[in-house]
Amino acid sequence: MATRRAKFTFPTGLITQPVIYDLGQNFRVVTNIRRADVREDVGWVILELEGDEDEIERGLDWVNSLGVRVDPVSGDVVES
Amino acid sequence: MSNVKGLFCKECGREYPAEPLNVCDFCFGPLEVTYDYEAIARVVSRERIAQGPRSIWRYQDLLPADAENAVDINAGFTPLIKAKNLARELGLDNLYIKNDTVNPSFSFKDRVVAVASTKALEFGFDTLACASTGNLAGSVAAHAARAGMRAFVFIPSDLESGKILGAAVYDPTLVAVDGSYDDVNRLCSELSDNYNWAFVNINMRPYYAEGSKTLGYEVAEQLGWRAPDNCIVPVASGSLLTKIWKGLNELSDLGLIGPVPTRMFAAQAVGCSPVVNAFDAGDFAIRPVKPDTIAKSLAIGNPADGYYALKVIDESQGYAYAVPEEEVSEGIKLLAKTEGIFTEPAGGVTVAALKRLAEMGQIKPSETTVAFITGNGFKTQEVVQDAVGPVLIKPTFASFEESLSVRS
Repeated sequence: MATRRAKFTFPTGLITQPVIYDLGQNFRVVTNIRRADVREDVGWVILELEGDEDEIERGLDWVNSLGVRVDPVSGDVVES
Repeated sequence: MSNVKGLFCKECGREYPAEPLNVCDFCFGPLEVTYDYEAIARVVSRERIAQGPRSIWRYQDLLPADAENAVDINAGFTPLIKAKNLARELGLDNLYIKNDTVNPSFSFKDRVVAVASTKALEFGFDTLACASTGNLAGSVAAHAARAGMRAFVFIPSDLESGKILGAAVYDPTLVAVDGSYDDVNRLCSELSDNYNWAFVNINMRPYYAEGSKTLGYEVAEQLGWRAPDNCIVPVASGSLLTKIWKGLNELSDLGLIGPVPTRMFAAQAVGCSPVVNAFDAGDFAIRPVKPDTIAKSLAIGNPADGYYALKVIDESQGYAYAVPEEEVSEGIKLLAKTEGIFTEPAGGVTVAALKRLAEMGQIKPSETTVAFITGNGFKTQEVVQDAVGPVLIKPTFASFEESLSVRS
């Protein structure tokens, strides 16, 4: 089993969607929310994912394909 | 010996030992270094600092790494110049430029990498790594060379090779990742979890970021031990702005300078301005953007410290401003022709923002204002290519006089 920490940032149109619930339903991934800030026009959730490495990867790709931004919890690490 | 007590989570306050960690295990918040300020207060003084080396290590009591074993290529203690010509142009009386273009690898990144690489050696790492599109790569490669460490530099594969030449010359292992900027972000986070390397801005980030405090210390010392009224700071991750503020306040808390009246101003370009957008929206929520700016060194769409930068701007009653893209190269040229300093686009953003802030009355003429110029223009000459327009003459005296009436 692998774990991965990630930050999901939701655009306005996806804030009301149960994306994290669906992630757990559609993939064999356990989601564990640690911190979040959800507002009317933007929201982010920092969470840990647990599961097989490939399943986590497929799950994150799926979340990303919906239009949710997926980042490492440490934010952008590519600097000039 | 450094005066580090440990690390603490900026979100939930949990404490950790001083180890190569950057994220709180409980809430995944960012970690920051804590110091034994009572011990520092017993030894630090203006005189002790003044007797130190002409580098960031003169502030060793306030840094999280041991200066005795510093990886030292002479980062810091760069000039603070009184910019009379630029001031006149902008209608200001008391303007200073902190010229960090003259660091050993030509950007302020030498400050943070000097601290990160020194700490990495203390922790026993033999490999220094980063993900970079320019300045950070050069600084990491240079410090690794000096320290005798292996260096790995990860770049997006579509990056122009010229951008990385300034790093390649130090002979790091350059890894071009066949993927997007976001893919490189994700890969490097994974690598840092699985390799026993010192990733300067991942597992070394709490120590790395502290290096930027030295810009605040230096400005205060060079102004005759006082804080300026205004700091104009280019913002990418947001860390630099928060650390300059922290540096000034540490000096004040230690009694080395008086109260800090400073207003902190964030400068971004319109093509990547998530911090300014949040400021304009009147809240602290960063809405990530896809960068599209000529100021590549500020192109961080989801800034890790954006929230904290906004807090500092708020606390200091500062302001945030995004300059139109076309004004960036104008800012570069304005600084070059008035003060003889050639900056990369981030400095163009700073100068263009300074100009607008002065026009808006956010900065008063009599106030002491410092603009931070953080990287050298020789790395990004293409941005001001249109400045090259020589007067063509025939090789005759008459042609010269005909074309250029220079006799007074």
